[in-house]
Amino acid sequence: MAKKMAIIATKGTLDMAYPPFILGSTAAALGYDVQIFFTFYGLQLLRKDLSSVMISPLANPAMPMPVPMPVMVQMLPGMESMATMMMKQKLKKHGVASLEELRDLCLEADVKFVACQMTVDLFEFDKSEFIDNVEYGGAATFMSFAGDTDICLFV
Amino acid sequence: MNFDKELNARGLSCPLPIVKTKKSLADMTTGQVLKVISTDCGSLKDMAAFSEQTGNPLLSTVEENGEYVFYVKKK
Repeated sequence: MAKKMAIIATKGTLDMAYPPFILGSTAAALGYDVQIFFTFYGLQLLRKDLSSVMISPLANPAMPMPVPMPVMVQMLPGMESMATMMMKQKLKKHGVASLEELRDLCLEADVKFVACQMTVDLFEFDKSEFIDNVEYGGAATFMSFAGDTDICLFV
Repeated sequence: MNFDKELNARGLSCPLPIVKTKKSLADMTTGQVLKVISTDCGSLKDMAAFSEQTGNPLLSTVEENGEYVFYVKKK
C-alpha cells in the first residue's frame, strides 16, 4: 500500500506557500498519497488568481535583503509589492517553479486539496474564486486521512 | 550509455528535476532508460533518494562541466 502524507497549510504568504506545494508534488512523485488541508490564511493558496500572495520584509527579520532596510522604511506604501516582485524575480532566476506551476503539478499528480469549511465561512471566502479541484471539510475530515499517514506536517 | 528518452532539466531547481523525472518515466515502458541532465547540485542526492524510494534503478551518475547526468531505468 502506498505511503501517505498530510500537510496543514495555514499561511498565505509567498515564502510560506512554497513548502506545502514543493513537498506535496515531491511526495506524489515518490508514490505517496498526499492530502493538503488549507485553513486560515492558507486558503489564499487555493485562489485561481495567486497574484495577491505576497511577501513582506516587515516582521520578517530573517528575510535576506539586498541592502539593510530599517523597519520604518519597510512600512512605506509599495514596499510589499516591491519585495514580492524582487522575490519572484529571484525565484525565477534560480529556476524555482512558480506557485501556479507547483500547484498544477500537485493536481496533476492527484494531490487532494481540502479547504477548511469553517475558515472559508469565517472569512467569507467566495468559493467561486477558488480553483475547481477543492473539497470542503472540517477537522474530523482531516483526521480521517491524517490518522493513517506516515508523514504529517503543519506549515 | 544507451537511453530511450532524454529529459533536459537544466536550470531547474528542486523539486522540478525529480517531479519531471517521475512524469517522464510514466510515459515509458519497463526496462527503458531515461537520461536526465540537471544543473541543480541538490539533484545528486535527490535522484538517488528518488530511485531508492520508487524502485527505479539509478544505473549511473556522471558529473561533468557543472552538469549532472543520470541514467534511470524504468522498473
